[in-house]
Amino acid sequence: MSESGSEPHDFTAAGGHGAVPTAGVPSAQAPVAAAQRDWPLWEVFVRARRGLSHVHAGSLHAPDAEMAVRNARDLYTRRQEGVSIWVVPAGDITASSPDEKDAFFDPAADKIYRHPTFYTVPEGVQHL
Amino acid sequence: MTATPSDSEARAAYALRLGDDALIAAQRMGEWIAAAPQLEEDVALGNLALDLLGQARSLLTYAGQLEGAGRDEDAFGYFRDERDFVNAQVFELAHGDFGFTIARLLVTSAYQVELYTRLSSSTDDTLAAIAAKAVKEVDYHRDHATQWTLRLGDGTDESHRRMQAGLDAVWPYVDELFETDDLVQRLAADGVAIDPADLGEPTLAYVGSVLAEATLSRPDITVRHTGGRRGIHTEQMGYLLAEMQYVARSHPGATW
Repeated sequence: MSESGSEPHDFTAAGGHGAVPTAGVPSAQAPVAAAQRDWPLWEVFVRARRGLSHVHAGSLHAPDAEMAVRNARDLYTRRQEGVSIWVVPAGDITASSPDEKDAFFDPAADKIYRHPTFYTVPEGVQHL
Repeated sequence: MTATPSDSEARAAYALRLGDDALIAAQRMGEWIAAAPQLEEDVALGNLALDLLGQARSLLTYAGQLEGAGRDEDAFGYFRDERDFVNAQVFELAHGDFGFTIARLLVTSAYQVELYTRLSSSTDDTLAAIAAKAVKEVDYHRDHATQWTLRLGDGTDESHRRMQAGLDAVWPYVDELFETDDLVQRLAADGVAIDPADLGEPTLAYVGSVLAEATLSRPDITVRHTGGRRGIHTEQMGYLLAEMQYVARSHPGATW
């Protein structure tokens, strides 16, 4: 990663909020305990019930993958939110950059024919 | 309920033992809230405490019904004195450092898994139902303790030292969990209770396998502490009760 802080910024998916810049951003904070520094960040995906996809629920710190699953169970499924959990090292996620937003996403704006709005949805079809 | 009075008394006494174990364990575990080494672990230990408190509520409520004297869970929890509590002493020991807490949780949750697994087949329908719900919870507690025991025992020199020290401190109180007496033997003969004497071997077999994998050693017993089932407790019990009971006794009947 660039240490200079000059454009273009580096980005990371850490924090569970999508791509965020990592350079040139004020990051002063109180010193944290060694254990907290050492524990890597994990992104958590929870499947609410059978038939649905895993959805990003948030992120957490854990010493390894097994403990990350357990921490996710305690943090994100306390109220029966899920039947399955995935955890992924946050550093292993490659995210799109906000700088590319125009090229990535805006061209889809006027392609209404890509939406299934010209069909009649049969009665009783869920999760569409 | 077709039980004879004396049978009800015995069942109430048994439910009280299990309920006090869970209540005191919950109180100790709850002390970690906002004080755990990590935010994630803080939530995990809080969840365990709530599981234990839920078990305590069910068991103490049932004890009150069997007793038939109008005492509810709050009466048992807040308005009994130290000598009336019949939890095993291991549950009341101060929570110590994280190594001690995990060492205690490993032993007590392993014991509770063996207990509630068997008790879920009790001829007493209420105890069986409470146990069937609790066994899933304590199974997770045992897993949590196991994961941490493996990591601390087979981690750094310091984590190994602390984990072993925790085990050494817990061990003199372990045998009390497996003590038997006339009460449980009589109930066990009727299929109501589980004789704790039958739980020692499977509990310690599980704990032993975890300790071996974690490169920890099973402590040598030099002294055995006992007496909790008769209301004899350690010095630390008084401080626990003072904190747990203070508000309820200062403001009797208060609600919010």
